[in-house]
Amino acid sequence: MIEVNNINKQFEGIKVLENISATFIPGAVNMVIGKSGSGKTVFLKCLIGLLQPDSGEILYDKKNLLKMKHYELKQLRRKMGMLFQGSALFDSKTVLENVMFPLDMFSRKNNREKRKRAEFCLERVNLLDAADLLPSEISGGMMKRAAIARAIALNPKFLFCDEPNSGLDPKSSQLIDELILDITKDFEMTSIVVSHDLNSVMNIGDHIIFLNEGIKEWEGTKDGIMNSKNAKMNDFVFASDIFKKIKDAGDLISEADDSLMLGQ
Amino acid sequence: MSLKNNIESVGDYALLLKRVLSKPDRLSEFFKEFIKEVYKLGVSSIWIVVIISFFIGAVIVMQIALNITTPLLPRFTVGAVSREIIILEFSSTIMCLILSGKVGSNIASEIGTMKITEQVDALEIMGVNSANYLILPKVAAFVAYMPVLVIFSMFTGIYGGYLICDVLGTPSVETYVYGIQFYFRSSLVWKSILKSMIFGFIIASVSAYNGYNVQGGALNVGKASTNSVVINSILILLTDLVFTQLTSTPQ
Repeated sequence: MIEVNNINKQFEGIKVLENISATFIPGAVNMVIGKSGSGKTVFLKCLIGLLQPDSGEILYDKKNLLKMKHYELKQLRRKMGMLFQGSALFDSKTVLENVMFPLDMFSRKNNREKRKRAEFCLERVNLLDAADLLPSEISGGMMKRAAIARAIALNPKFLFCDEPNSGLDPKSSQLIDELILDITKDFEMTSIVVSHDLNSVMNIGDHIIFLNEGIKEWEGTKDGIMNSKNAKMNDFVFASDIFKKIKDAGDLISEADDSLMLGQ
Repeated sequence: MSLKNNIESVGDYALLLKRVLSKPDRLSEFFKEFIKEVYKLGVSSIWIVVIISFFIGAVIVMQIALNITTPLLPRFTVGAVSREIIILEFSSTIMCLILSGKVGSNIASEIGTMKITEQVDALEIMGVNSANYLILPKVAAFVAYMPVLVIFSMFTGIYGGYLICDVLGTPSVETYVYGIQFYFRSSLVWKSILKSMIFGFIIASVSAYNGYNVQGGALNVGKASTNSVVINSILILLTDLVFTQLTSTPQ
């Protein structure tokens, strides 16, 4: 389980994260949402140890990441998989070599077993046909799928995704969302997804944290989003015309139901 | 850049070297990368070394032959002086200045691009020591291959001079060869090789440092690449000065 207690982070005197505390639900898709510049990516980078918070604690199964010894951190990182915004595949390696890379570095399996595992991961993301292609030869959506395959190669306990849908068309976005959800459930991982795409939130979010200007404004489930009384949260969610119309339609239906009830 | 920034950079460079010079996570992966880098940084540099050394060797001999005209100096002096220049300074120092442009910018831009596209972060998240995985094979490969490049440079430089003597006829080929062999000490070759290996370490590690610390976008990768060439050139010249002073003994 991942718990965050009162983390603060500032850059050159500007507060980016302020007293954030949260508990992420194991085996579920936890989403961190917010506007651009709200501190989501900084929060994620603190969670995975790429940035050091100024204060607070980040607990992985009750062990503080910020106080871990070098070898403990190394062990923990092998339990993490990460999908970066730009996929971060290694340019000089083929898709298969990218997926095999973590296995080559840390697995004691022989070459045949490593290859089999990498092919299994690629098949899981439906990308086995592109195994011998270089990242520059595949589309953005395929790159994201390849990055997911690489992230799950070592069977991690925690999956982190930074804006998994950025730069993708709606169909590919949905495919990536479904993949993250399926993988989270199938491999019983704890996923933490940073996004500002509300379609993703409504599709796959089990537990949602809303950040605004570095402050945690709201926390709850996707059903709670539409009925939230938090003004900042509503500003963010209903900035999208579609969600505004869905909410209006929902309100109309409730009013009609109420009238019917009164009529009876 | 302020003095404080410069001192900080030296400290950062030392800390990066500490991470680079640690034991690789997987030796088999290190050797795989080492072989790739030998080809990419070393073997692919042979052609430029050969072409430049051949022409500069020819020009050195031509200039010396044209300028040493006094009857007080024997003609074989042309060969002897050319040999000293080519072996001691050209094949190591000047060649490394040229290679810092080719190899240094290559290393800085490759690692810089990996940095801004989060490939370095991806390595760190996997628990890989990214500095060690990316930089050590480059440094080791370039330092290990440097003697080969220097020897190629010495041979082609001297051969360039030989051909120019053959074409111009002054000094004659026999006199030139006599001058080349006159009072030859093999220690010159070893000194030159040792010096070039030190320069190789500077080129690979300083360029890698510049690439590894890139932040922002493509513009900064370009800046890092240019900076690495400038800093390498200055460091090579300073090191050459110190090395020459330390290793020179009065004849």
